[in-house]
Amino acid sequence: MMCLAVPLKIVSIEGKNAQGEIDGIKRKIRIDFLPRISIGEYVLVHAGFAIEKLTAKAAEDNLKAIREVEDALSGYVQRKA
Amino acid sequence: MLYQDMFKEKHDVEDIAGLIKSIGPMDINIMEVCGTHTMAIAQNGLKEILPNNIRLISGPGCPVCVTPAERIDDICSLSKYKNIIIATYGDMLRVPGTRREISLERSRMDGADVRIVYSSMDALKIAKENKNMQVVFLGVGFETTAPATAAAVLEAFEDNIDNFSVFSIHKLIGPAMRSLLDAKEVRIDGFLLPGHVAVIVGERGFGFLAKDYHIPGVISGFEPVDIMDAVLMITMQIARGSAEVENEYTRLVKKNGNIAAQKVIDEIFDTCDDLWRGLGMIKSSSLKLKRKYSKFDAALKFGIEYSFEQKPSACRCGDVLKGLIEPEGCNMFGRECTPDYPVGPCMVSSEGACAAAYKYM
Amino acid sequence: MDEFISLSYGSGGRKTSELINEILLPEFSNSELNKLNDGACIDLKAENIAVSTDSFVVKPVFFSGGDIGKLAVCGTVNDLSVCGARPEYLTLAFIIEEGFKTEDFKRIVKSISNTASMCDVRIVTGDTKVVERGHCDGIYINTSGIGIMDKGVRLGKERIMEGDKIIVSGTVGDHGITVMSDRNSLFESSVLKSDCAPVYDLTKAALKHSDSVKIMRDPTRGGIATTLNEFIEGGDLDIKIYKDLIPVKGEVKSACDILGIDPLYAANEGKIVAVVSADEAEGVLSDLKVHETGRDAAIIGEVHGNGRGRLLLDTGYGSTRILNKLSGSQLPRIC
Repeated sequence: MMCLAVPLKIVSIEGKNAQGEIDGIKRKIRIDFLPRISIGEYVLVHAGFAIEKLTAKAAEDNLKAIREVEDALSGYVQRKA
Repeated sequence: MLYQDMFKEKHDVEDIAGLIKSIGPMDINIMEVCGTHTMAIAQNGLKEILPNNIRLISGPGCPVCVTPAERIDDICSLSKYKNIIIATYGDMLRVPGTRREISLERSRMDGADVRIVYSSMDALKIAKENKNMQVVFLGVGFETTAPATAAAVLEAFEDNIDNFSVFSIHKLIGPAMRSLLDAKEVRIDGFLLPGHVAVIVGERGFGFLAKDYHIPGVISGFEPVDIMDAVLMITMQIARGSAEVENEYTRLVKKNGNIAAQKVIDEIFDTCDDLWRGLGMIKSSSLKLKRKYSKFDAALKFGIEYSFEQKPSACRCGDVLKGLIEPEGCNMFGRECTPDYPVGPCMVSSEGACAAAYKYM
Repeated sequence: MDEFISLSYGSGGRKTSELINEILLPEFSNSELNKLNDGACIDLKAENIAVSTDSFVVKPVFFSGGDIGKLAVCGTVNDLSVCGARPEYLTLAFIIEEGFKTEDFKRIVKSISNTASMCDVRIVTGDTKVVERGHCDGIYINTSGIGIMDKGVRLGKERIMEGDKIIVSGTVGDHGITVMSDRNSLFESSVLKSDCAPVYDLTKAALKHSDSVKIMRDPTRGGIATTLNEFIEGGDLDIKIYKDLIPVKGEVKSACDILGIDPLYAANEGKIVAVVSADEAEGVLSDLKVHETGRDAAIIGEVHGNGRGRLLLDTGYGSTRILNKLSGSQLPRIC
């Protein structure tokens, strides 16, 4: 199955090959599309290839943005009511 | 999973559902065009949580499902050669061709060497380890998966691997969306845009939606909160009459996408007109290997002539893929057509709308 | 013994005797087996017995957390246990592919011996066949078992009632995902481990509450989703389970996500699911948790009346979906 894209942590790199890890599971992946990725960083992997870097900050910012919209809209809805 | 778990919170999902409800009762049709969205929505029962006026329609987002049956026949014929190993993602194994009895699984039962791989590089590895066999990798998927196939072809080219080729049935989702909008068979008020295709093509990859069709689209992740928030954003746009391409999935989708991945697609592939199950011929919608890499093109190598005619069939996958009917609207759904005895790909593909409806109904 | 098992080891002649005397008897020695009769004569001293049989074709033969030998013992021991019986005797039949490494065979036999001791069962009769190369993939094993039914045990689907609770004895999907991963070397230095283990301690603990336990099963192929479906299919009860209550190991969940598998449909080889009357559910749970293999036990749902024989899953988001039996083959040769 082509499957869900999952986030893995890079634990070793050798050229275009890397080892990604999650919950103690290690998997060989390719990093052709993220040439500047480093060990310790997290990547989204799809069909054996890392396609984007994922950072804690980006995730937190994403959630913050979602919550901000929720709050703003809630305020608006309450005022309307 | 790290960083994705924070987008699963129940209270966020409930809050957002409430907000969507409060925006108003207008009937809204939102189409999603990604098999993973089809599945995520079904797995989490999101349709049940959304208010009744929001209708989520499944579009042609399952790359296996939009492959014409005749192409499946071609692949199965190829598998019968004694010196060919077919390497494929697991999804393709049980998909029926023009007749139920035609499938890669059936070929394998009859002695064909069909192997499931999880990456194009696994297929290349099989080629390197079996020099006396021809390995044909089935390149299926949209823009998210095409770079992986391209990278394998590039490496085969650089390493001079002569027993590896790709049967490309890769497609592009943008042209399919245009085709649906041009046909106007289904009213689509907004699009839930595929988050991982967007990782590759960027926000700008969907700019045409706003520019040429004035329809709102929101790039969405795959966790429950992502999808609910994207639906909220679409609903808000519709309420205020705007038509922009917004990005809900900011943690992974950038404005310009992944340039390295785009580059390798451009290096290996040309776009070409092609047949989509149910949708007919769509211009510039398919990826085929450039002339420079033609020795890795399995269709050329093994003399497969593509037919561009679709034989009529009782199977209504085409209508499901266009969003014209729900899976339950097909007479065969749950009767002659079940996951154990599928008539069409929508029921057997792990990302198919009918499979989702059946598995999670 | 030669380095590889050849056809002559299955001929019934001198080499077969060599295999029996050098490898099998030393591990399984007991008074009945040592007679090497065509069949074992046993005085059961019991009125009600349980009989079960299972064949094992798992690939790969050695996997993280176990092997085909351990599985062959646990599989049949567990089937007897969930019937409410105390497993006592096993038969053991091998079909070996010509060319199988003798060292590997010895390792499997040792594993069977260790597991049998652990389960306190005796292997009283057996058979060994060897087939030509290409005719069975490595080694296949069949075990049949006899167990003594505990007095007063009344287990069956017909006893399931509205209000009964569903208990699972631990984390789900461990075995299926491990075998799948090991077969294709999908993950490296993995923490995934099969849960292959005997469940007699657990069934014995549950049955202390005698009549409150309506039915038990070990959810092997098809996972707990398929097993729970089997409990109520065709009837007028529904079972509802809650996604948030189902124990799944983190690494199993991640591996399943990567491979596109649902842990609810992945095989288990050291777990039980039980339907227990509501008033005794907590009691059964505590008794299960006393045991190492039951430490992650949990109540995951309940039985509903006015149903249609469906298994329902509460998604945790206020929505419910139906879980059908596994369709298609998730993965062949999982046990």
